[in-house]
Amino acid sequence: MNVSLILIILLIGAFATYLVGDKLASKVALFFSLAALGCSVVLTNHFLAGESISLINAWITQPKISFALNADGLAIAMLLLTVALTPIIIFSSFGNEYKNAKGFYALILFMAFAMTGTFLAADGLLYYIFWELALIPIYFIALIWGNGDSEERRKAVVKFFIYTLAGSLFMLVAFIYLYQKAGSFLIEDLYKLNLSACEQLWIFLAFFLAYAIKIPIIPFHTWQANVYQKAPTVGTMLLSGIMLKMGLYSVIRWQLPLAPLAAKEYMNIFIALGIAGVIYGSIVALRQKDLKKLLAYSSLAHVGLIAAGTYTLTIDGLRGAVLQMIAHGFVVVGLFFAAEVIFRRFETRNISEMGGIRIQSPKFTSMFLILVLASVALPSTFNFVGEFTVLYSLSQINVWFAVLGGTTIILGAYYMLKMFQHVMLGDKNAKTFADVTINEGISLVVIIAVLIFFGFYPKPITDLITPSLETILNVINKN
Amino acid sequence: MNTLIAITGLGIFCLLFEILNLRKGIIPFTILGLLGVLALNFSEFGSTESYYNNMIAVSKFSTTFSSLFIVLTIFLVALSHNFYENHPTKISDFVAIKIFLLAGGVAMVSFGNFAMFFLGIEILSISLYVLAASERLNLKSNEAGMKYFLMGSFASGIILFGICLIYGAMGSFDIVEISEYSLSAELPIWFPIGMILVVIGMLFKVAAVPFHFWAPDVYEGSPALTTALMSTLAKVVAIATLYKLISALNFIPSLENQDHLATFENIIVIISIASMTVGNIMALRQVNVKRMLAFSGISHAGFMLMTLLSISTSAGVLLYYTSAYALAGIAAFSVVLYVCKNQDNEDITNFHGLGKTNPLLAAILTGSLLSMAGIPIFSGFFAKLFLFNQTIEAGFLILVIVAVINSIISVGYYFKLILAMYSKEPNQERTGKPFLIYGVAIISMTLNIVLGLFPSLVLDLLN
Repeated sequence: MNVSLILIILLIGAFATYLVGDKLASKVALFFSLAALGCSVVLTNHFLAGESISLINAWITQPKISFALNADGLAIAMLLLTVALTPIIIFSSFGNEYKNAKGFYALILFMAFAMTGTFLAADGLLYYIFWELALIPIYFIALIWGNGDSEERRKAVVKFFIYTLAGSLFMLVAFIYLYQKAGSFLIEDLYKLNLSACEQLWIFLAFFLAYAIKIPIIPFHTWQANVYQKAPTVGTMLLSGIMLKMGLYSVIRWQLPLAPLAAKEYMNIFIALGIAGVIYGSIVALRQKDLKKLLAYSSLAHVGLIAAGTYTLTIDGLRGAVLQMIAHGFVVVGLFFAAEVIFRRFETRNISEMGGIRIQSPKFTSMFLILVLASVALPSTFNFVGEFTVLYSLSQINVWFAVLGGTTIILGAYYMLKMFQHVMLGDKNAKTFADVTINEGISLVVIIAVLIFFGFYPKPITDLITPSLETILNVINKN
Repeated sequence: MNTLIAITGLGIFCLLFEILNLRKGIIPFTILGLLGVLALNFSEFGSTESYYNNMIAVSKFSTTFSSLFIVLTIFLVALSHNFYENHPTKISDFVAIKIFLLAGGVAMVSFGNFAMFFLGIEILSISLYVLAASERLNLKSNEAGMKYFLMGSFASGIILFGICLIYGAMGSFDIVEISEYSLSAELPIWFPIGMILVVIGMLFKVAAVPFHFWAPDVYEGSPALTTALMSTLAKVVAIATLYKLISALNFIPSLENQDHLATFENIIVIISIASMTVGNIMALRQVNVKRMLAFSGISHAGFMLMTLLSISTSAGVLLYYTSAYALAGIAAFSVVLYVCKNQDNEDITNFHGLGKTNPLLAAILTGSLLSMAGIPIFSGFFAKLFLFNQTIEAGFLILVIVAVINSIISVGYYFKLILAMYSKEPNQERTGKPFLIYGVAIISMTLNIVLGLFPSLVLDLLN
């Protein structure tokens, strides 16, 4: 089966959505995102049946750039994450009215297209193009459909754009440098390179700048909370659910195998940066009054732990990181959606103005509670599997890393449950809170089902990703 | 050669139309004529011949760049219809001057003799002086014309002086003869000095720092269409000629023989860095769009100069970069022309809310700005990619890093305009959908994206 079919579906979907007009846009977008999901499932079956799914077409002769896609287990896991979350995100927006909806939904599909391409690309430059392309739609989504004061939003969004572009341009220079050495942008040729330790360090740092900004890792996180808060919820979901996984995925796929010596030499520094993010994010989250900002900082803490896991260079660390990437993707989308559900009824994001929801809408309360518990990695949820594996791998490197990283669970439990208490419990609020509608319920139930199912039975995903992670580890350890 | 004759003939026809009172037909006729010239030019592609004692030397380089100039002129002529609506009696003059300007440009890239080179420059420059001052009753336009003329004549003088020194050193105006002599071991010092003077004159035309002071004022004061012409066609002509000058005279090998190559390269690196940095930093503060694009043009000149560092292999890259830059410029200016028609100035406030009132043109302007900023999938990205690749290969990693930092700065001002279009409320109503402006904008944007999707189409022409 041709892997580019998924990309084509999403791209055509984006154009079709724009052409059908405002009224039908959301439904057409949902249709195309579901079609992409269906295709990806079929593709996964082909892959599991042992078929090799890759594609190489020459594109530009001089310099030699090819249109190369390759789906190994890792890429397929990320592909499934993207195409599964996209319909959920689109569907969750059905309760809102957007002006110029055709543009809005077309941009969502276009972004899904670019992110899918990033995960599948097997040519450095093609990867870079998709990576940059994903930036344009989210910029416009946050700018045009965002909330809050337009002047502040502009500042936040432009800062975000310039930050991320700055990071990725240095990655581009690194890619060009690698091309000069290897004579090709193809990933397998780049993997074969034997660079000196000094070269590797610079390349590692150039990649690190791009990824640290995208993920974000301290001290490159300053754009994040503001953009998460100002962007429309759909944009926040896309950013936190999928886009930051691009950074984490790229660390595993590109940064570590291309500069293994540097990664080993300075491993402790980068793990420490990740852990610093965990502690910083958790502490700042304690003090947040805005629900979306609180979730943003909690997300910063969780991805800090994932990043630390990737930099351990052990199979457990990588596997835990990928599991936690998927788990975090679902749970963060669920939490932001729950915040949106509350906003639809209370028209506020300020935690102190909420409360008394439990009495009025028990169903929503129980769903929200499950999401909160999943987010703090309660055993039997998917997040537990991921976070535990990562902490285990950290303890192999240095037990203090695990101890400090473990604060994410302790502090996380504290601020999430405190938030739950203020938002949901308490006396009856003056404002009425209708229970979840069927549409909202479907989105939440799907997310919860995924989290609980894989919490009990993560084996399908582990089996899918482990062989490709082992291959990457072999490349890392080849010299 | 035939191209040059045909273009000149077309210009004369334009003037004749005035006498025959066929003004309405001028623009369609000229566009058709230029398309014919383009076809004629294609037929010469691949042949290398010289005419009239090597006055004109047709080569692959000259034909490909001439094609680019002709395409750009077609766009500019098409935009004239709407721009000169209020001056119907002068349209033949304006169109004819543009055609003559094109003739000058073609002469400049296909010169085989310094006499022809200088003739080309003067034809191009004098046409530009006239066009800059063509809004007779506008004080700013007069100022722009005067300033450009004064500064430009000095530059011409310097070029002429340089040519004299080269003649003194080599005893010939002929490019082939000079290039043969220039490889000999012993050369009078007058040759490199003369060359540097000519290069300085050309850098003035390109508007590279520190020879850029005329550009912002002249761009701002000139009528918008002339600004479009200067920042696309004229700049591309100048940089292509500079490239040809240095490569055809074997200037780099001759410097290598004399051990002066490192000095020359340092000069180019410094000018290139200065151009992009000064251009970008000054552009950040501008509120007038024409002035902003002038500074952006200065910074792009810095990027284009990077091709001079690997002159034996970078002709294709230069062609690609100039095409990408000029097509984006044409698309951007066609929107500027539409938005700022009947306005006293071209301030950013005019663009407020364009995303709501006219999504198509706003998208095209956004696309062209993104292309200039170097965002994929627009051709501007690939232009920068190939350029950086080429320059790193030549061993100038630091220069590329400076260029990358400059690309980041440039996003700041390109996005100022994009933000104004999408995040501000519209402040004026515009009616009418001028067919030709829309056509030019759409076609140039489409070409830009096609170049981005299939870069080899252009890149491989000169490799």
